[in-house]
Amino acid sequence: MTTGVEGYMYPNEITLYWSVLIVLYPYITGLVAGAFILASLERVFRVEAVKPTYRLALLTALSFLLVAPLPLQLHLGHPERSLEMYFTPHRTSAMAMFGFVYLWYLMAVLTVEIWLDYRHDIVVMAQSSTGMKRWFYKVLTLGSNNISDRALAIDERVGWVITLIGIPSAFMLHGYVGFIFGSIKANPWWSSPMMPVVFIFSAMVSGIAAVMLLYMLVTRLRKQKIDMLCVDTIARYLFYMFIVDFSLEMLDLIHRIYEADESFRSLNFMVHTKLYFSQIVLQICIGTLVPIALLGLTQVLQLHEIVRKRIYVAAGCLTMMGIFAMRWNVVIGGQLFSKSFLGYTTYKMALVTREGLLMSIALTILPLFILWALVKLLPPWPKTAKGELPA
Amino acid sequence: MSVFKESGHLFRLAALYAVGTLTFLFIRGVLVPKSFGQYGHYRGNAITEIAAHPIHFAGHQACDTCHTDVQQLKQSGMHARVNCEGCHGPLAKHADDPSVQPAKLDTAKLCVRCHAASAAKPRGFPQVAALDHSNGLPCETCHKPHSPAISAGGAK
Ligand code: HEC
Ligand code: HEC
Ligand code: HEC
Ligand code: HEC
Repeated sequence: MTTGVEGYMYPNEITLYWSVLIVLYPYITGLVAGAFILASLERVFRVEAVKPTYRLALLTALSFLLVAPLPLQLHLGHPERSLEMYFTPHRTSAMAMFGFVYLWYLMAVLTVEIWLDYRHDIVVMAQSSTGMKRWFYKVLTLGSNNISDRALAIDERVGWVITLIGIPSAFMLHGYVGFIFGSIKANPWWSSPMMPVVFIFSAMVSGIAAVMLLYMLVTRLRKQKIDMLCVDTIARYLFYMFIVDFSLEMLDLIHRIYEADESFRSLNFMVHTKLYFSQIVLQICIGTLVPIALLGLTQVLQLHEIVRKRIYVAAGCLTMMGIFAMRWNVVIGGQLFSKSFLGYTTYKMALVTREGLLMSIALTILPLFILWALVKLLPPWPKTAKGELPA
Repeated sequence: MSVFKESGHLFRLAALYAVGTLTFLFIRGVLVPKSFGQYGHYRGNAITEIAAHPIHFAGHQACDTCHTDVQQLKQSGMHARVNCEGCHGPLAKHADDPSVQPAKLDTAKLCVRCHAASAAKPRGFPQVAALDHSNGLPCETCHKPHSPAISAGGAK
């Protein structure tokens, strides 16, 4: 157990308790918030170009949101006890209140918005499908088949309001994750009011990249033509968001370097040794600077469609990896150094344990399966040449 | 009028949520113990329940009344401030009825619990790397548990 310790660690710091699952949790929640914010671009800011991804983004957000609590459940064990959080809410605990933030976002925002948006299709499918499926859709209609223009117009307005509430809710959802880390005052690597802001922007970056990749992949699988205007627009937003995110992270860094408080020497040493690969190489160089440069290239040069697509895929994948590295460096990095600033420990990831590598891979893939099922049940695109579906 | 008619499905949704909330409140009412929150964020009855637990530790004074010899020996040594039950474990049953035999202690395990070398302990605290120090022998072979210090030139 003591292997991997350099210098002096307090006994309770030698083993890392927040494992790779706790890295996964902000990563997945970030994808939810990011995907939702991309969807609301179309709805609230009327960016028509990204419309083809609107529903896909909502379903992506839902499938990742459903998986988001699983890493925590697996990490803590005793999933049945998580209900206690709702039954006897502990109002002064930031972690305990997250349950309500989550529930609000799931039940009051995402489910309602998806339901309103799909209601027309659900009613149509309840009438056209047969067997089990018919019952499924029938239940989803809640027994109302009213899809008159008037009713749909009302849905549209209510949906708009929900989206409007949804944007701050999405910010809150992920800002809250950042807040949970940022408010831990005993840990200088985390304790920073910048944390929620940086988390939100990195969430948008990863969510937008995820939806862009998913859209290109799904369109490919459906053997349809990729809407280049849409992908170009998304890539442009990704580029802007990334620049803001990177500037914020650099601001935080410069602030820390200039302030150089008592923790600085220790953290600086860590970044240059234990975290060198994951922070400098993966997160900043390969995961941030390269995709920004690639995306910047597409903004400056007039590139052929094929080239642009390849660049978007490459930049998207690097972004996803870079943001994962960022979560890793926050969560794992924050536990590698001693609060005495005199030593460092090592994180050794297990393989097949409850908090091991295989489990985290499974949890990363699980949302994609959920998404696949959701897409089968609630197709995000117009089925036939029936023309425009109501948004 | 017609607005209400046209938004009937929204009322259904609202009703569904209302039913959900009521179900939640009902389940909560059933599951949350009545005395929860009486004094703080815990079950009020827990206090009386815990107070009713049988006592496990007799306390130092109890041992002293019968084992005066051990107490005096210990008082003169380096373990003066280590409680009897810190080593012997909870012995309230034995103190009530001496015919209850206390368990034998294995010093090879017992002593390192406190004396294993660790950088986190104050520098002045006596600590040894057990393997180097005693090579697996029970500590009792050389140290008297109740007066453990080995004076220079004393028993080895
Ligand atoms: C009421 C008097 C009394 C009290 C109080 C008492 N003991 Fe004893 N204890 C005895 C007697 C008598 C024996 C011897 C029993 C025997 O040899 O069968 C004994 C035996 C022991 C032994 C085992 C000795 C051996 O030879 O194995 C230990 C250890 C011990 N006591 C520890 C304690 C501790 C620690 C306490 C305080 C929590 C304590 N006793 C309190 C009377 C008492
Ligand atoms: C540092 C740990 C430690 C402390 C503190 C300690 N003991 Fe012991 N005691 C031992 C060990 C080890 C033995 C020998 C193994 C055995 O008999 O279980 C022992 C043996 C005994 C025995 C039986 C043999 C003998 O030496 O008389 C009695 C009685 C006893 N202890 C009573 C007490 C009482 C009473 C106290 C408190 C005043 C006390 N002990 C405090 C570790 C301790
Ligand atoms: C509950 C914790 C505890 C246990 C168990 C314990 N000790 Fe101690 N020991 C102490 C404390 C406290 C001191 C006194 C340290 C001081 O005052 O600096 C001490 C002092 C000593 C010393 C004196 C060191 C010196 O500086 O001369 C020796 C030797 C020792 N213990 C050996 C033992 C042995 C052998 C055992 C097993 C029978 C044992 N200890 C079990 C806590 C413990
Ligand atoms: C072979 C005999 C022997 C055995 C067995 C033994 N010791 Fe010692 N121990 C000694 C001697 C001799 C000293 C005194 C050394 C000195 O003063 O430098 C000592 C000193 C100590 C000290 C005081 C060290 C200090 O820095 O003041 C502690 C604590 C200690 N022993 C604990 C233990 C423990 C725990 C065990 C059982 C794992 C144990 N001993 C087993 C012989 C032994």
